[in-house]
Amino acid sequence: MAVQARPLLIVRPGRESKENIDRLKACRPKVRSSERNALSISSPQTEVAPSARPHRTLVVTEPLALDSGASLGSYTIAYETYGRLNAERSNAILICHALTGDQYAGPGKHPVTGKNGWWVTLIGPGKVLDTDRYFLIATNVVGGCMGSTGPMDLDPATGKPWGLSFPVITIADMVRAQVKLVDHFGIDQLFCVIGGSMGGMQVLQWAASYPERVFAAVPIASAARHSAQNIAFHEVGRQAIMADPDWNHGDYYASGKGPERGLSVARMAAHITYLSEPALHRKFGRNLQDRREVTYGFEADFQVESYLRHQGNSFVDRFDANSYLYITRACDYFDLAAEHGGQLANAFRGTPARFCVISFTSDWLYPTPESRAVVHALNAVTANVSFVEVATDKGHDAFLLEEPEFFATLRGFLDGCARHRGLAAS
Amino acid sequence: MSPDGGGNFALKQLRGDLQLVGAMIDGGSRVLDIGCGEGELLAYLAQWKGVDGRGMELSQSGVNACVRRGLSVIQGDADHDLRDYPSDSFDYVVLSQTLQATYRPRVVLEDMVRIGRHAIVSFPNFAHWRMRLGLLTGGRMPITPFLGANWYDTPNIHFCTVLDFVALCDEMGATIERSLTLDSEGRPFRLNPRAGLANLLAEQALFLLRR
Repeated sequence: MAVQARPLLIVRPGRESKENIDRLKACRPKVRSSERNALSISSPQTEVAPSARPHRTLVVTEPLALDSGASLGSYTIAYETYGRLNAERSNAILICHALTGDQYAGPGKHPVTGKNGWWVTLIGPGKVLDTDRYFLIATNVVGGCMGSTGPMDLDPATGKPWGLSFPVITIADMVRAQVKLVDHFGIDQLFCVIGGSMGGMQVLQWAASYPERVFAAVPIASAARHSAQNIAFHEVGRQAIMADPDWNHGDYYASGKGPERGLSVARMAAHITYLSEPALHRKFGRNLQDRREVTYGFEADFQVESYLRHQGNSFVDRFDANSYLYITRACDYFDLAAEHGGQLANAFRGTPARFCVISFTSDWLYPTPESRAVVHALNAVTANVSFVEVATDKGHDAFLLEEPEFFATLRGFLDGCARHRGLAAS
Repeated sequence: MSPDGGGNFALKQLRGDLQLVGAMIDGGSRVLDIGCGEGELLAYLAQWKGVDGRGMELSQSGVNACVRRGLSVIQGDADHDLRDYPSDSFDYVVLSQTLQATYRPRVVLEDMVRIGRHAIVSFPNFAHWRMRLGLLTGGRMPITPFLGANWYDTPNIHFCTVLDFVALCDEMGATIERSLTLDSEGRPFRLNPRAGLANLLAEQALFLLRR
């Protein structure tokens, strides 16, 4: 049965963006109504045509104290839900997205791209994240650009877009904001928090900061800290954005033209890190793009070049460059051990949560040793942990793909947890 | 009732030595099974003895099978992944038929008696008469129904005999609480493990140790 969420927080109608500040902003729905969905939990299938509808949002009117020392006076979290919350409110799974992901994780058209959600292979009736059994909450991070408060929103103090005056956000800040969303649904303890990559960092942060509110935690292809290599790649991306004259120190919303070239290059570089050499080679080899011979020039002769350019170009349609800066920064600052006296194990001491840590053999961005470090820390505090390294050559992106071993493992883990939690099989 | 994982594993469905291991473990205890395979012992202990079990397994297929059945198992090996566990974090640490495949069996055993209040170890006895006879008559590395691999493709790199094991326990200062020797049919018999006859007749041995 669907239940009415407890009105723990004041939910007010969403703000309306008055002007169409830039092309990307134009992609966003004009009306951000939190009224329509925020108070009732309903299946997405019953809603209006996805492309026409605004993001579902929760507006939190109490301040969000940030790690940087700054605070947001009020803020908006965009989210989607799939399935139904049971009467005991014990079947909720929080889905945390990766760097450039968003709340559109499941089936249904993305309002900007028109495609299905990024985890549609996992989410649905009878699937691993079974919407007949679980209530899924997919949340957009604060700092993002898909309906949550971020740098392209208006700073209430000035009436102008925040740009670089937006405070720096951390993974812990994202999680702090998500707590209000979970509170909003009246959920004391999440059945599971799950996510890949940066989503996995949020999972670890949830487990460390709110151990009693997490029954099970599944960090996938992730790490408890950002490595020098991770930071290095992010810095390349940020510098590409900043080197674009259209970036204009983050103040580009009124100009009608953002740093699309810079953001595109950032995406191209990052995209390489999400794949693996064998996967790239299998897909493209040295194949030429729509030509028989190389052109002895700098056109996209090779298919892999054409592919990357396409990735970069399509990315700028759905992502804000400043958001990219802020969210990559949040990942860079993530170091769960440092928050706990240098000992990662201290982050999990006494945790009652059941963990399932998953890594992929060909993931060189968040390689297995990073996951293993988390597992060792959990072992050191005798936490309940499972750990699987899935053999695949698909690289970091494997967590977004249909990997049978990955799916079977996750299903088994969730089933086991559901039995412990007393959730009936669907 | 199935508090921790699936499978209707009655005791008799377990491999012979695992039945004996299972019988040594008190209900409701905390157990770490190193080299847990596909989780047969853990599933049995969880279902029938209310044990809070954890596993460690080297093979990905084994780990995945365990996690699929709802057991808490990590991919790891005894040589590298025991040092993180704090002392006395388990009631029993089990290592069945794996000691001879570790790089540093002594370190593994020391870790086991540190992590667990008890350690349960089973291993093949290289001094079994069939081994001795094979080497004596054939002059080649013995291959038996129980240990069927060739010398060049066996995972077993540190074979020992019952007497060797007892000597190592003495050297480590570990106390042997119980010992069982198993004949070729897997039937347990009771002989003093320090005596030569047990060393000759036992195809496998099973020890319950503590620090």
